[in-house]
Amino acid sequence: MRALLRHPLAWWALLWVCLLPLVWLVMQTLQDKLGANPAETLIRATGDWTLRGLCLTLAVTPLRTLLAWPELVRFRRLLGLSTFGYAVLHLLCYAWFDMGFEWADIAQDIAKRTFIWVGFAAFLVLLALAATSFNRAMRWLGGRRWQALHRAVYAVAVLAILHFWWMRAGKQDFAEVLVYAAILAVLLGWRVFNGLGTRKA
Amino acid sequence: MIITSTDSGFQHPASSEITPAQVYRSRRDIVRGMAAGSAGLVLAGWGMRDARAQMLRPGQLPSLAGGKSSVAGATTMEKPTSYKDASTYNNFYEFGTDKEDPAKRAHTLVTDPWSVEIEGLVKKPGRVNLEDLMKWGAMEERIYRLRCVEGWSMVIPWVGYSLADLIRRVEPLPGAKFVEFVTQADPKTMPGLRSGVLDWPYVEGLRMDEAMHPLTLLAFGMYGEVMPKQNGAPLRLVVPWKYGFKSGKSLVKIRFVDKQPVSSWEKAARQEYGFYSNVNPNVDHPRWSQATERRIGEDGLLAKKRKTLMFNGYEAQVGQLYAGMDLKKFF
Repeated sequence: MRALLRHPLAWWALLWVCLLPLVWLVMQTLQDKLGANPAETLIRATGDWTLRGLCLTLAVTPLRTLLAWPELVRFRRLLGLSTFGYAVLHLLCYAWFDMGFEWADIAQDIAKRTFIWVGFAAFLVLLALAATSFNRAMRWLGGRRWQALHRAVYAVAVLAILHFWWMRAGKQDFAEVLVYAAILAVLLGWRVFNGLGTRKA
Repeated sequence: MIITSTDSGFQHPASSEITPAQVYRSRRDIVRGMAAGSAGLVLAGWGMRDARAQMLRPGQLPSLAGGKSSVAGATTMEKPTSYKDASTYNNFYEFGTDKEDPAKRAHTLVTDPWSVEIEGLVKKPGRVNLEDLMKWGAMEERIYRLRCVEGWSMVIPWVGYSLADLIRRVEPLPGAKFVEFVTQADPKTMPGLRSGVLDWPYVEGLRMDEAMHPLTLLAFGMYGEVMPKQNGAPLRLVVPWKYGFKSGKSLVKIRFVDKQPVSSWEKAARQEYGFYSNVNPNVDHPRWSQATERRIGEDGLLAKKRKTLMFNGYEAQVGQLYAGMDLKKFF
C-alpha cells in the first residue's frame, strides 16, 4: 500500500478522483438529469462536495500520524485545492443560477440570509489558503508563519458546519449536519488531544 | 301610435322564462363549434395540439375527471408543471425531508380504506368514508398556482370540490370560528415520523371565512387522476393564496373549533411561520426574501426567477378577507 502511495502516478490518480464529482455533475446537467430544481441540486451538490473535501483534507494528518504513513502528505495540497475548487463552484452556482449575477439582489440576499455571510467568510479564508498554497509562497512566508496561517483551515471547518447548520435550521433537519459535524469534531479533537500529549511529553 | 303606461319598462318576463346564462352560452358554443368544424377541423386540431398534450393524462393512476369550474380564479392560463416534476419534487415530511423522499417512500401509505372524522362544533359530526365524501360535491378541475414558502412554485391541475360544500353539509354551529385539519400520522407506514422535525400529527388551520372561500379546495386528484400518495392521497387541502405548507396532505380529521388552532409550523417556529402565511412578496420570511420565486421546470437552469404576486395572484378573489388587517403583524 505504501509503495502504491509513493508511485508517481498516485498523485495523478487522486487528481482524477477529485475531478470525478465535477465530471458527474456536468454530465447530469448536460443530460438534464438534475431533477425538478436543477439550480438547487447544483448548489447543494457543490456544497456537499466542499464539505467532503474538507473532511478528507483534514483527515490527512491524523491518518499520517496514526498509520505512520508519512507519504500521505503528498496528497494534502491536492485535496485542499480540490476543496477550494468545489467552494468556488458552490459560490458560482449560487451567484449565477440562484441570483442570475444580479449584484443588488445578491447584496440584499446576503443581508437577509446570515448563513450566507458565514459561508462567504469561510470562502475568503479558503481563498487566502489557496493563494499561499504553492512552494514559493511557503518559502516567502517561512515554514512557521505558513503553518500558522494554514491552521486557519480549522476555522473554515467550524464556519462550514455553522453555515450548513444554519441553512438547515429552517427545516430543523440536522441529521446530515450532525454527521459532518461529528467527523470534523473527531478530526479537530484528535489535533487538540495530540497537541496536549506532545506538550506534556 | 305607441301606447305607453306607467308600467312600461317594468314589465319583465317571469324568471323561469329567462334562458339561463349557461344554456345560451352552451348554445353559442355549439354554433361556434359547428363553424369551427366546417372551417377546418384539421387546423383546429393543429392549434389544439399543445393544449391536448398538456391535458393528456399521465397514465399512472386511475382516472378522476373534474368538470370545468365556474369559480372566479379557478383556472389559471399558465402552463401546468409537468406531472413528473409535480410528483417527484415534494415536501411531505412524514416520508422524509428531501424533496425526492416522498416519491421514493410514500408507496407504503395505505389509502384504502380511508375515512375522515368530522368533529367539534358542528350539527352533523361523524366519520365519513372516502367514497361517500367524494360524492359531497361535484368534482371540478382547478388549475392553481402553488407557491412554496421556500421560494419555488408550480402550476397544478387539481381535481376536487370547494371545501365550502363539505362545511355547509355538516352545518357548523355559530361558535365555530376556525377549522383545524389533522393529517395522517402512522409510524408504521410513514418513516419520517421517527425524526423529531415536527410535532406529529401535522396540523393546519384556517379561519372560517378562509375555509368557506370557494377557491379553498378539497382535492382528491390531480392531472385528471386520483391523488398520488406523495402528493397527499387520498385527499388533501389546497389553499392557493397561501404558502404550500398550509395545505395539509392525507387528511384524517376536520375539526370545527372556536379558538385559532396552533399549526405544526407555528409550534416549531412561531416567529417564522405565522397562522395566516398568505403569499406576500412584501413580507419577507425572517431569514429570506419572498419577493421572487423559481417556477419549477421553466426554461432551464439560466431562467430568471419570477416576481411573486400578492396573495399568489389571487388578490382580486381573496383580498377582501384581509381588509384592514396589518399583514406584517398577521403574517
